[in-house]
Amino acid sequence: MGVISTVSLWIIPLIIGIILIHGTWKQVPTYESFVEGGKEGIKIAVSIIPFLVGMLVAISIFRASGALDFFVGLLRPALEWIGVPAEIVPLAVIRPISGTAALGMTSDLIATYGPDSFLGRLASVLQGSTDTTLYILTVYFGAVGIKKMGDALKIGLMADFVGIVASILIVSYFFGN
Amino acid sequence: MINLIWVFMAVFGIIFAMFNGTMEEVNKAVFQGAEEAVTLCIGLISVLVFWLGMMRIAQNSGLLNSLAKLFRPIVQRLFPEVPAEHPAMGLILSNMMANMFGLGNAATPLGIKAMEQLKALNGGKEYASRSMITFLVINTSSLTIVPTTVLAIRMNYDSASPAEIVLPTLIATFCSTTGGILIDRYFYYRKHRNGVK
Repeated sequence: MGVISTVSLWIIPLIIGIILIHGTWKQVPTYESFVEGGKEGIKIAVSIIPFLVGMLVAISIFRASGALDFFVGLLRPALEWIGVPAEIVPLAVIRPISGTAALGMTSDLIATYGPDSFLGRLASVLQGSTDTTLYILTVYFGAVGIKKMGDALKIGLMADFVGIVASILIVSYFFGN
Repeated sequence: MINLIWVFMAVFGIIFAMFNGTMEEVNKAVFQGAEEAVTLCIGLISVLVFWLGMMRIAQNSGLLNSLAKLFRPIVQRLFPEVPAEHPAMGLILSNMMANMFGLGNAATPLGIKAMEQLKALNGGKEYASRSMITFLVINTSSLTIVPTTVLAIRMNYDSASPAEIVLPTLIATFCSTTGGILIDRYFYYRKHRNGVK
């Protein structure tokens, strides 16, 4: 653990240092380049706002109405039949939709069942091995104005499903059910 | 597709609330969701400005290009339409590295820049190109090597061994990324064969 926390503590300052030293060495006008690139950041952040507002409002309505819980309830028997513990189902469903909600659920599962329980470990691995597909799709495509996303969402969700199944199998194998 | 999903979530939620008696929560959710989105974007400004500034220096100094050269053989196979010397290559690589080290905040601006370059490569069209979809799938399947957030939560709740999930997470990530790439290829070649593209 010591090594990992040291690495994660050092990595960002190290990257900043390398970029600045390399830039100076190559005689790039560092500060001016920084400001120039930074201006673009403001533009991008503002342009994402409508995309994200639209998506998060729809997700919030879906969740607050209880419709999400309803769907999870529908899926539950089928998942339990193939050996997926019911408690993990809401997290697995929420993970691709909302990052903050998933993080909340992971903390909740770890708090309730303990970090070293089967469910605690499964929640940890699931949280770490998949990402919020809908958010990434919205931000990345929204920022550059892609309106037709082709099969991106379908493939992203399928990859999430592979990640969920893999997490369950791997955690069962490593730590036993 | 995204239009349908979006409308479905909102409309089904509202209809569901009518029968479930949760209209009050839905009312709150509308404004909370909107507020959360704006807060998120405002919060993104700081990281976007900082990392895009840093990346501009790295780009001007040629650091991004050297990085791209190093890993080109692997990434070139994943993105066959992106010319080796194109700036998109360096940005894709930097985004992947930022993701691997769990620098989610740094990865987003790089990913957006990479998307911009991919869009330019695609003639600025409004539909997602093959490379854009591949890039997106790799991103959504998570490339994290060190899941820092999860480690922090586990430590918070006094795990006997917070880091024991790193290896299983790594294997699961590998499965979902590989799976994502394979599914992506499958869809592409299926379409290609049918002559849709």
